[in-house]
Amino acid sequence: MVFISSGYNPEKPMENRITDIGPHKYDEYFPPVIKKNLGKWLYHEILEPGVLMHVAENGDKVYTVRVGGTRTMSITHIRELCDIADQYCGGYLRWTTRNNVEFMVTDEAAMKKLRDELNSRKFEGGSYKFPVGGTGAGISNMVHTQGWVHCHTPATDASGPVKCVMDAVFDDFKNMRMPAPVRIALACCINMCGAVHCSDIGLVGIHRKPPMIDHQWADRLCEIPLAVAACPTAAVRPTKVEYNGEKVNSIAVKQERCMYCGNCYTMCPALPISDGEGDGIAIMVGGKVSNRISMPKFSKVVVGYIPNEPPRWPTLTNTVKHIVEVYAANARKYERLGDWAERIGWESFFKLTGLEFTHHLIDDFRDPAYYTWRQSTQFKF
Amino acid sequence: MAKHATPQLDQLESGPWPSFVSDMKQEAAMRAENPKGLDYQIPQDCPDDLLGVLELSYAEKETHWKHGGIVGVFGYGGGVIGRYCDQPEQFPGVAHFHTMRVAQPSGKYYNTKFLRDLCDIWDLRGSGLTNMHGSTGDIVLLGTQTHQLEEIFFELTHNMHVDLGGSGSNLRTPEACLGQSRCEYACYNTQDMCYQLTQDYQDELHRPAFPYKFKFKFDGCPNGCVCAMARSDFAVVGTWKDDIKIDQDKVKAYVGGAIKPNAGAHAGRDWGRFDIQAEMIDLCPSRCMKWDGAKLSIKTADCVRCMHCINTMPQALRIGDERGASILVGAKAPVVDGAQMGSLLMPFISCEAPYDDVKEVIEKIWDWWMEEGKNRERIGETMKRLSFQKVLEVTKIPATACHVKEPRSNPYIFFKEEEVPGGWQRDLVAYRKRHQR
Repeated sequence: MVFISSGYNPEKPMENRITDIGPHKYDEYFPPVIKKNLGKWLYHEILEPGVLMHVAENGDKVYTVRVGGTRTMSITHIRELCDIADQYCGGYLRWTTRNNVEFMVTDEAAMKKLRDELNSRKFEGGSYKFPVGGTGAGISNMVHTQGWVHCHTPATDASGPVKCVMDAVFDDFKNMRMPAPVRIALACCINMCGAVHCSDIGLVGIHRKPPMIDHQWADRLCEIPLAVAACPTAAVRPTKVEYNGEKVNSIAVKQERCMYCGNCYTMCPALPISDGEGDGIAIMVGGKVSNRISMPKFSKVVVGYIPNEPPRWPTLTNTVKHIVEVYAANARKYERLGDWAERIGWESFFKLTGLEFTHHLIDDFRDPAYYTWRQSTQFKF
Repeated sequence: MAKHATPQLDQLESGPWPSFVSDMKQEAAMRAENPKGLDYQIPQDCPDDLLGVLELSYAEKETHWKHGGIVGVFGYGGGVIGRYCDQPEQFPGVAHFHTMRVAQPSGKYYNTKFLRDLCDIWDLRGSGLTNMHGSTGDIVLLGTQTHQLEEIFFELTHNMHVDLGGSGSNLRTPEACLGQSRCEYACYNTQDMCYQLTQDYQDELHRPAFPYKFKFKFDGCPNGCVCAMARSDFAVVGTWKDDIKIDQDKVKAYVGGAIKPNAGAHAGRDWGRFDIQAEMIDLCPSRCMKWDGAKLSIKTADCVRCMHCINTMPQALRIGDERGASILVGAKAPVVDGAQMGSLLMPFISCEAPYDDVKEVIEKIWDWWMEEGKNRERIGETMKRLSFQKVLEVTKIPATACHVKEPRSNPYIFFKEEEVPGGWQRDLVAYRKRHQR
């Protein structure tokens, strides 16, 4: 490899340096029909799963074809998306917040051609490249985190289990038979760099073993007080231990107080926490971010632990699919999963789904826990 | 021929959903073939090694990425996340595999020239793998080596005129819904406010000076497509004050079945004939609507703007004309003290460029948080520790009943000394004259 300079001069880093210019202005990339009708849209219709039509005050129409995307995406794939956008959409396209890609055209016939083209392309391995769907009362694309692909704190993979869950609910990505939208999300640890805590179904990677303590490295790698301060349950304290015949500064963990959040490991690499046997996924349900009908709410843990079962995570995917089916069969039109569970009562939710209620599901973290216990004689046998 | 056998990952190529494994293999094959004859600046086979290390994780069920190192570009404290593999001998192509976050245009509209230019830089100087997009909204360039960071930054800023996004204890890359560009519900220009504030706060975005991360998100309406209320420390959510606009003829068209309710979102199942009473009037959370068989009426004073009726009849009902936004502060995911939803701070602001009123609130909050916040404490946690009253005080926003779901149920009230006649300095001698000990 011959080093190719960009023009940057390491001897003079400030020479011609450009900083703090921010992103490009959003309207540089508006297709003409969008630019023309900014703020002048009148209404929209979902013509079929994955196809939207927006109508402007002046009668202009824009047809949007939405396709599912993988968050981890190669430049070869992006270039193929660009080829399609160049061919059909005047060179414009956009991404949604849920990793979908949207193509816009102004003509219904062109929309149909584009839709069929997108649905026709497949990877060599057999999966669709650009499946059209993800609208209305169906299951949209999952938002997720990095997982084993590129993160240092995960308790599970992200892209893999997402692929498996989306395979399992694929028919509902391409259909709109649900009582209301179902948003599924996955975070590979409780840091949750995705909005898992307010999803209809949130999958979250959890550890189940306290961190190990690398006495050899603790004082050399870490600011021990920061690791101590990071613990939300005060399980971590500084200590001196004998290591190789020497007294060294290190860390002690009160194991029965640890709930394996991994926050200390974030601050201190000498406290490794991941464990092939211990790690897995918890399922949370019933959260939402929309203010529609009911107020936004957090998802609640209904399955405390499912082991990591790569490569296809069968227990996880079957459980998610099962919850979706019980919800679809029982909820009323417009009722989000959490609204349905609250209407029938959580005891009925566990009865209908057959999920086992265990002690793991009773909150014991700080003051808010008390408010989730039942201070009433009203309940269902 | 693949560099590493990946029997477990291969099983993720079947099934209908797009396979990231097939995509990574396609990139590995493309780099091996090198049709453009590039002199790749980082190992040509890095996608192979990424597949290899991922296969190892699938076998062992543990990650093989180490804690980040301190890498970055000169003068910035964010935008680059250092990443090293813990099995560098086995997977030399990804031994160093740093992430760069690139600022996305708000609303995530692109033209193909921008994307192709970015792909060309990343082809030559990176792994050819990305995240479109990361959870916070940036374009994520996934995997390059330290010696390429300044080169990539130089090309991004000089040739593409685009900057890095945020990471670390600073303002993170703000994000907006597509707003007025293609949505009739947008109560303000989310993309513009997002763009303007991103530009105005470039220093806060690139140079960490906060106790912890701080996120802005901009939702155009209470439907909340970018999840501002759940995911951002400072959430701006569109709303309006006046009447929902009603087209009575169109309401009748919905009732009569001529227009499909909810824009056709429920078309996958036969839910029976649209029943305006059961599906709309009775589901209104504040019971502010009436349907008398011919006319729909809404008592605006009772409306809480939940969007249900507008979502259900987008052709008949429209958001009002006195538009602006509510500001909610303090949302975060569980680490450390448990998840929090944003709490309503400003019931209404007008959202007119250049958004000085919004910036004033932001800066007062930052000043207070930088003074009082502990290391790694999100603003929501500082608020919990020091009280909502304190936030009202520093932002000079008067307390109203809108701020609470219900008033406090304990009488442990902190009065200010000046609220109590005579203050707190009392005369014990005079007291003892009235009361023997």
